[in-house]
Amino acid sequence: MNVDDVKRTMAIKGIGVSPGIVIGKAYLFDRFDAQVPLYHLNNKTLVQREVTRFRAAVKETEIQLQELKDKLHDLGDKEPLYIIDVHILILKDRRFTDATVEHIREKAVNAEWALRITIDSYREIFDKMEDDYLRGRISDIQFVGQGILRNLAGKKRETKTDIGEGIILVAKELSPADTAQTKIDKFLGFATDFGGKTSHTAIVAQSLGIPAVVGLEKITREVTTNDDIIVDGSSGMVIINPDPEILRRYEVKRRHYQELKAISLSSARMPAITKDDFRVDIGGNIEFVEEIPSALEHGAENIGLYRTEFIYINRDKLPTEEEHFSSYRSIVGVPGLAWTTIRTFDLGGEKFFSDPKLGREMNPQMGLRAIRFCLKEIELFKVQLRAIARAAAYGKTRLLFPMISSVEEIRQAKKIFQEVREDLISEGSSLGSDIEIGVMIEVPAAAIIADKLAKEVDFFSIGTNDLIQYALAIDRVNERVTYLYEPLHPAVLRLVSQVVKVGHDAGIRVAMCGEMAGEPAYTLILLGLELDELSMTPSAIPRVKKIIRNSTLEESRELLKKVMTFSLSADIRKYVGKYMRGRFPEEFLING
Amino acid sequence: MGYLLWAACFHFDDFFRGHDLLIMVAIKTVEIKNKLGMHARPAAKLVGLSSEYKSNIIFERDGLEVDGKSLLSILTMACPYGSMMTIKAEGSDACEAVEALGKLIEDKFGED
Repeated sequence: MNVDDVKRTMAIKGIGVSPGIVIGKAYLFDRFDAQVPLYHLNNKTLVQREVTRFRAAVKETEIQLQELKDKLHDLGDKEPLYIIDVHILILKDRRFTDATVEHIREKAVNAEWALRITIDSYREIFDKMEDDYLRGRISDIQFVGQGILRNLAGKKRETKTDIGEGIILVAKELSPADTAQTKIDKFLGFATDFGGKTSHTAIVAQSLGIPAVVGLEKITREVTTNDDIIVDGSSGMVIINPDPEILRRYEVKRRHYQELKAISLSSARMPAITKDDFRVDIGGNIEFVEEIPSALEHGAENIGLYRTEFIYINRDKLPTEEEHFSSYRSIVGVPGLAWTTIRTFDLGGEKFFSDPKLGREMNPQMGLRAIRFCLKEIELFKVQLRAIARAAAYGKTRLLFPMISSVEEIRQAKKIFQEVREDLISEGSSLGSDIEIGVMIEVPAAAIIADKLAKEVDFFSIGTNDLIQYALAIDRVNERVTYLYEPLHPAVLRLVSQVVKVGHDAGIRVAMCGEMAGEPAYTLILLGLELDELSMTPSAIPRVKKIIRNSTLEESRELLKKVMTFSLSADIRKYVGKYMRGRFPEEFLING
Repeated sequence: MGYLLWAACFHFDDFFRGHDLLIMVAIKTVEIKNKLGMHARPAAKLVGLSSEYKSNIIFERDGLEVDGKSLLSILTMACPYGSMMTIKAEGSDACEAVEALGKLIEDKFGED
C-alpha cells in the first residue's frame, strides 16, 4: 500500500446531543449540492412564468410535507409532527411567499434567486435574536427553502432505500423530513455541520437513542462517503479515518458503554473501597477535554491517563507551545479530579513529518516512537514539556513518559525536563512545583528492571496493551496471532505482580492504565495484585467500582494466589470466569 | 387583565351577524405564560387559529406589529415568557377572534 493511500486521522469537536459511541462508515447526505441557477429575467413574460413556477413549487412542497406527516404519523412518531406543521405553515405564510414573488417582480430575478433573497433577509432578523431556540428557527426556514428549491429544479425526491449496515449519516443538518425519507433506523449515528441542543437532529436522535454530534461546522467538507468514522455522542467528538490503534480503543469504549446501559450511575461517584477497607484510586483515560464531564459523571477520581497524540494528529503543522498549554490548562485542576496524568507524545514521527521514509518502518510498534523519538527530537519534546510544566501551576499534575526501556532513557528524559523547568524559572514563568514523574511500564525490559526504575521516579503506570503484546510477542495488527493475546497469561500476571511488589518496596505508587484495568472480569485479579490505582475508559468505571465495593482484598489475594499456581492461561481464564460469575451473577451472567 | 374593547362588540355583533357591513375592531392584551415563550409550536397553534377567522389579525409587542396569520412574523416578535402581547382584530368576527386567541395564549397553548 502506498503511504499516500493512508487517510489522515482527524478529530472534530462538536456538540454531543445524544450519548453513546458508534463506529461505522460515513454516508454523506448531500441533498443540496446541485448548483442552484441564479439569473435575471430579461423580459416581462418571463416574470409571470417565474411567479407561476414558484407558486407551483411551494404547493408541491406542501403536498410532500403533508404526505410525510401522514407517513410519520403511521410510524407512530409523534414528536416531529409539529415541526412538519411548522414547515407547512411557513409554506402557507403569505409574508414569506409574497416577499419572494415581489423579489421576482421587482428585481426581475428567477425564483431560486428571489427565494434566496427572502431567506437571507429572514436570516438577518433571526441572527439578531437573543434566544438560542428562536435564533435556531432559521434552520426551519432554510429547510423549507431547500424543499422549494428541489421542486423548482424538478428533481424527484431522494429516497434512500439502499442503506447498508453500519452506516453513519453525515449531513449539513437533518430535519425530521430527511430522517423520515431515509430509513432512519438503519443508521448507527448522526454527525452534522449545524444544529445545537434543540435542533431537530438532536431531538430525533435522542428519541431514537441514536448517538449524534451536531455543530461540527466542517464535517461535510472533511468526510467522504465510505470513510471510517467514529461518533462519540457523549463527548461530542467525531473521529474520521481513525488509525487502527484509535479504532481499537474506541471499540473497547463502545463495548463498555453498551454494557453500562444496564447499570445506574447513582453510586458511580462513591469511592472504590473493598469491604475490608482497601481503597483503589480510580482514574479515567481520556484524550479530549470534552470527555471530562462524562469522566466525572462515571466516577473518575483523577485523570490517570491523558493521551496527547491528538494535539499532533489533528493538524497540518506542529503545535505551538501555547496550543499545547491551552490543552493541558483545560484538563489540569478540574474540580473533583485529584490529579491529571499527562503522558508525553506516544507515536512515531511519521504522524507529523511528511517524510515517507519515517512512515515505512517494518515494525513500527518496535520502531522509533514515543520516548525514543522524543529523545532524538529534543527541541520538539521541549515544546511539550514546557507547556506541561506551565499548566502544572494550575493543579496537581503527573508527568508520564511512555515506552521507557532503560534507566538511561528515564534519566535523559528527566534531565531534559529539569532543563525546561530551569529555563522557565529563569524566564520568570510560573510553573508547577510538585509535578510527579512516572514511567509507563509497557516494555518487558522495564518490568524486569522495575526495581532500578523505581529509584528514578515517583510512580509507575502499567500499560497492559503494549506490555502484553511485547511480552507475548504478538503483533496486534496481525489477525493470525490475535488469538494469543491473553491478559491472564501467567507471564503477564507474573510481570505485573513483580512490578507492583518492587514499586511498593521502593515506596512508590503503582497504577494500571491499560484496557485490562477496565475489564470487570479481571477486577479481583487486579485487586489481588494490589495495584494502587486503576485508570480506564470512563464508561468502564461504574462496573469496576461496583465489583470492588462488593468484594474483599482477602478473597482477591486468595483468588490470585490460586490462579498463580496454574500453568495454562486457559485454566486461569476458566477459573477466574467461574469465580466471577459465582460471586457477581448479575454482572456476568449475560455475557456468559 | 388588560382588557379593552373598542366597540361595543356584544350588541353590535349580534345585530350585524352575517353582515360584513360594519368593521369591528377588538383589542386585548395578554401575558405570555408558557415557559419557553413564543416558540415554534405555540406560534403554529396561534396561526392555525387566527387563520380560521375572516378578520385581519395583528399582534403587537413593544410597538412592533406583525401579521397574526404569518408564522414567521410571529416568530420574529420573539416574545419571551412573561412578555405582554396585544391582539388586535379588525373585521366582522373580530370579537370572537380576539376572545379565542386570548384564551389560547392564557391557557399556555395547552402546554407546560
